[in-house]
Amino acid sequence: MSSLLKLSQVEAHIGQFHILHDISFEVPKGEVTVLLGRNGAGKTTTLRTIMGLNPVYRGSITYNGEQITNLKPHLIANKGIGYVPEDQGVFEDLTVGENLRVAMKREDESTTERLEWILELFPDLKKFWKKPSGQLSGGQKQMLAIARAYVNENDLLLIDEPSKGLAPIVVEKVMETILQMKEKTTIVLVEQNFMMASKIGDQFYIIDDGQTVHNGLMGELREDKALMKKYLGVS
Amino acid sequence: MVLILRNMTKSNLIYLGIAALLLFLPMIITGSTKFMITQIFVFAIFAMSYDLLLGYTGIISFGHAMFFGIGAYSTAIFMDHFDSSLIALFIAILVAVLFAALVSFIVGMLTLRLKTHFYAMLTLAFAGLFLVAAEKMRWLTRGNDGFTIKAPEILRDSTTIYIISLISLVLIFFGLRRLTNSPFGRVLVAIRENEHRTESLGYNVLHYKVLVTVISGVVASLAGVLYILSLRFVNTGVFGTDLTIDVLLMTIIGGVGTLVGPIIGAALIELAHDWISGLANVHWIFERWLILYGIVYILMVIFFPLGIVGTIREKFSGRKKSKNNAKQKAS
Repeated sequence: MSSLLKLSQVEAHIGQFHILHDISFEVPKGEVTVLLGRNGAGKTTTLRTIMGLNPVYRGSITYNGEQITNLKPHLIANKGIGYVPEDQGVFEDLTVGENLRVAMKREDESTTERLEWILELFPDLKKFWKKPSGQLSGGQKQMLAIARAYVNENDLLLIDEPSKGLAPIVVEKVMETILQMKEKTTIVLVEQNFMMASKIGDQFYIIDDGQTVHNGLMGELREDKALMKKYLGVS
Repeated sequence: MVLILRNMTKSNLIYLGIAALLLFLPMIITGSTKFMITQIFVFAIFAMSYDLLLGYTGIISFGHAMFFGIGAYSTAIFMDHFDSSLIALFIAILVAVLFAALVSFIVGMLTLRLKTHFYAMLTLAFAGLFLVAAEKMRWLTRGNDGFTIKAPEILRDSTTIYIISLISLVLIFFGLRRLTNSPFGRVLVAIRENEHRTESLGYNVLHYKVLVTVISGVVASLAGVLYILSLRFVNTGVFGTDLTIDVLLMTIIGGVGTLVGPIIGAALIELAHDWISGLANVHWIFERWLILYGIVYILMVIFFPLGIVGTIREKFSGRKKSKNNAKQKAS
């Protein structure tokens, strides 16, 4: 299967700190690639670097065969990459509806259809359409952040820890949604919740100390207890 | 006409009603009151231009008076050097608007790709530059002594200037309201809240920020034009930091990000200015009105950080929310 996104020996800094030392991975079209690793390993920085929010110091990033290394974030987004950040990043003073409208680059049949689909999955968003998103619960904000990234016809979604800080019942809902989105979009998922990651993911990459140290199919990882203990602290 | 009124929201109708009442006010007020209200209209326009920057986009400017001064001086110089005809005034307005747009574009392009405080510092530097230039180029500006201008015949009546200022205020208010409620306005709020997030949704944040500074600069220059037409005198004070502090206070006291707030703030500050000046012979502190404004500013930030309109809106929405909760419980 052809790869939609490819990172080759990517290095990145945040300020004076060298965070990513050697990140290389490929994301096949139509699959969910999960980035795993302990806290502070560089997973979030990897997603931010793909989005152009952190500059690439060395290495290259290609998307659909095209170089996107160090392009400006809005140009990368306009190539069809959606991003759901770790902190959800909803615009708290805007209503739910306005948040979604800001995200929709155009309002045509396709985006309206996608909006209706996502509102069916997250009825709370429809219910609180006119409510400022700052007044939503953590779970509802997460739903809004995912809906906002999905509402455009993006070919690739980068989702950063969607289960973080959410109640188990909300995590279930988020997981169900991502599973349904998987049928329509390629996804790169950063997730600490291994149960969720293993249910959604097709392939994985383990990041440790800013380097990709291991990769394979998700099914293989489930069987490899030693690897899970070594890099993820899961037994 | 009836159709337009029917399609208007309740709040727009209220604003129009107030404007209609103000239109007839000159019939019952004296000349000095008329002049003061005209000044309030002018500063309300200036404060709205600042609100567009600070309230909607989160950009702080320490030299916003520069655009006001550009408007004031362009008009005054044209009126002084050419004949005081309407054509000369029209050209003066055009020059003011274009010059303000150019300066705001240059300042924006130079600094807005960096963090907001660079914009604040550079606007302060530019405003200082304009102030020094205006003081040094005495042959053109006559420095701090200033000069009086002859307005076109038709604009010499104070009631006419009052009505023109009011109409300008109404048009600019509805124009900015339309702008801030449009998709463009929503992007501005998104930028204020989270620039990176807005960028990763596909928006070129720099373009939006530069565009909003240009719009804000142009509106501020129009306020400067009206100021000079009402006062018919200009000196270098129009580039002063005091004026920027005034407009900052007007916006913060009234309520940032509301447009109505800065109008109320402008009225309060102008009235306070007038009242405090009158008390100058009671105690010396009233001559130092900046000290008093400083105290008001500190109190506002501590007790009413949302400003007058923001606080009222919050209280109103809180009451509405508790009413809805009570209704839900009852059902």
